[in-house]
Amino acid sequence: MEDIEHIVKKLKLIDENGVRLDGRRFDELRPIRIEAGILKKADGSAYIEWGNNRVLAAVYGPREAHPRHRQDPAKALVQCRYNMAPFSVTDRKRPGPDRRSVEISKVISEAFERVVFTEQFPRTSVDIFIEVLQADAGTRCAGLTAASVALADAGIPMRDLVASCASGKIGGVVCLDLNKDEDNFGEADCPMAIVHRTGEIVLLQMDGHLTQEEFHKAMDLSTEAAKRIYELQREALLRRYASVAEDMEEPRGGVPEPPAGVDEL
Amino acid sequence: MTEVIPELMREHIHRLAASGKRTDGRAFDETRKLVIEKNYIKTAEGSARVRLGNTDVLVGVKIDVGEPYPDTPNSGVLSTSAELIPMASPSFEAGPPSPVAIEVARVVDRGIRETKTVNLEKLCITPKEKVWIMFIDIHALDYDGNLFDAASYGAVAALSCAKVPASKLGQKDYRLPMEHWPISVTSAKIGDTIVVDPNLDEERIANARLTVATDENGDLRAMQKGLRGSFRWDEVRKVIETSERVGRVIREAIRA
Amino acid sequence: MDGSYPARRQVVIPGELLDERGLKPGSGTFREGGKIFAARLGIRSEGDGYVSVVPLGGRYIPGTRDAVIGKVIDAGPSHWLVDINSPYPAPLHATESPWRVEFGDTERYLRVGDAILAGVLAVDEAMHVQLTMADREFGLLQGGQILEISPAKVPRLLGRQGSMISLIRDFARVRMFVGQNGRIWLDGGPDDVAHAVHVIHMIEDYAPLTGLTDTVREYLESAYGRPATGPTERD
Repeated sequence: MEDIEHIVKKLKLIDENGVRLDGRRFDELRPIRIEAGILKKADGSAYIEWGNNRVLAAVYGPREAHPRHRQDPAKALVQCRYNMAPFSVTDRKRPGPDRRSVEISKVISEAFERVVFTEQFPRTSVDIFIEVLQADAGTRCAGLTAASVALADAGIPMRDLVASCASGKIGGVVCLDLNKDEDNFGEADCPMAIVHRTGEIVLLQMDGHLTQEEFHKAMDLSTEAAKRIYELQREALLRRYASVAEDMEEPRGGVPEPPAGVDEL
Repeated sequence: MTEVIPELMREHIHRLAASGKRTDGRAFDETRKLVIEKNYIKTAEGSARVRLGNTDVLVGVKIDVGEPYPDTPNSGVLSTSAELIPMASPSFEAGPPSPVAIEVARVVDRGIRETKTVNLEKLCITPKEKVWIMFIDIHALDYDGNLFDAASYGAVAALSCAKVPASKLGQKDYRLPMEHWPISVTSAKIGDTIVVDPNLDEERIANARLTVATDENGDLRAMQKGLRGSFRWDEVRKVIETSERVGRVIREAIRA
Repeated sequence: MDGSYPARRQVVIPGELLDERGLKPGSGTFREGGKIFAARLGIRSEGDGYVSVVPLGGRYIPGTRDAVIGKVIDAGPSHWLVDINSPYPAPLHATESPWRVEFGDTERYLRVGDAILAGVLAVDEAMHVQLTMADREFGLLQGGQILEISPAKVPRLLGRQGSMISLIRDFARVRMFVGQNGRIWLDGGPDDVAHAVHVIHMIEDYAPLTGLTDTVREYLESAYGRPATGPTERD
């Protein structure tokens, strides 16, 4: 590892012309591709390629929460399990949750709890699984972005899709969407997730060193990028379902029932 | 959480079998469509994604420098594990490997180890000190029956395109040399009928299951009987003969 | 948004604006700040002063008077629990069955693993369903087989005013019950059943915007070697 550090420090993560090692400018996202509904067994699923990240997200639910003592009589639980496959990283990761995965699972669960209409399904659980197949930094953002699509694919009622991305600082410059080398040798990284329509931040973490001004610059970059990411999420869902629209009969039954108790938020 | 199979489906599958048919229209000795994508994951030294019908398995091979086991000081190390991740099926739970996952990993491991698919003696760097450690990690993504075969094909395919990262020692990376090609073929017994490559419906109602791994010479390399029922010897012979025949076709696909 | 709303049969995603001119919020929607938004992925639908979203995927969301195919997963002293592919297992009380069941004797009539055709008696806002088998059309399913498709595809399978089902029955002599919960029970001669199953998978997987009915008709006409006898619907 010492050899590599030595070499990278000689290289500039971002040069005088504002060009990064992979050719991107400070405000450019890595290429992103999202596909909805790629698994058969799960109620909803999505696959995302984000730069060199490859992440699969799947949703089961709402389904009865087990064990019974964990059920909430007033609402659905939102339980996310973020996991990295052993071969997803350069130095093999031992199978099973480590402390980092447990923490990421928790903050992602909490992000979605804000948008899912949990009160419509008491005593159940909405189970979200995020599996990182190939990692290149920003996996929690990629996973959360894919999980939003998977939740919609599963028909889970939500206020909105959630888009997620990270910004940080490399070579003294605030930049969007750090890859692995930039994250390892940069000065700060700040993942965040935002509810598209309302702009509410449902996930926010930071590690490293930023002045307040730098932090606000970073958040501006992320917020703008999140709008582009939302469009990709939306397109993935429309692509999956556009053809069904024409064949559908009128909804069955008489006057549609109003949703359970949600009004004037 | 196990899924309840309607009794009428059990009867339906038995009835079909008695009249020579299967739920998906296959012949008894016909396998599902097999799709193999090698080098699927860049962060692994070797990898393959295998789809056998709707069963979807991703296998990654990680190779790194490590210490040999004390009782085999001049030999590389092979370790296989399987994760049946919860997204693959409503009946898979998160947590430490279940007995099903452990059995799949061990059977796949035996097939590869006993065949000397990869000659571990050739993976020694410095005797008694440094050898190449190979981890085979099986990740089931979508489960529609017959993990044994899908995982086994994935493991062999992943090994076949793996590169030993000798650049870590200042040398050139090289292709992992494959010496043998074990192919596992699983059959399930439904009543008195034996079907190859059971799908999930068939697996759930089968009485017994037999996995047979053969090599390119038709010799047997590994066997595993599963589930609560039993086989007669003539049935075992038939399964072996089918496994060898079907195995030959699949070996071509994996070697390609 | 540019002030225009999704067209009649357009796919909408959660959080998308459906109306701000005074329609009332129907199922699959929510109201916020005087505007109505989609809560689920689905098709925007308007009627009777309501705007709603017809779901496109996900588990079965029960509606009163739906016919469903369920699997018995538990038997209690005076009721059974039935899995209907919905967030909750649904109770079927002994009093709602076609039999006179003594207390504790439920397993004489229905056991774990049995498949039944039942009706949704009631659904409350918390999505708890009560089933009934009191009508003559309901009962224990025996023989045949069960297929599962996404509940959202059931309207496609039924077709406008049952036209798709009529088309299938025109050719294949099968007994078929289509549950609103995406489960289908079929019984008949092996060839007829095979053709019906093929058509059902075709309907479920069909991707293009139009031409489904034609594609199904072509398959059946070719499989049976004769033209359809019913009125031909084109799309």
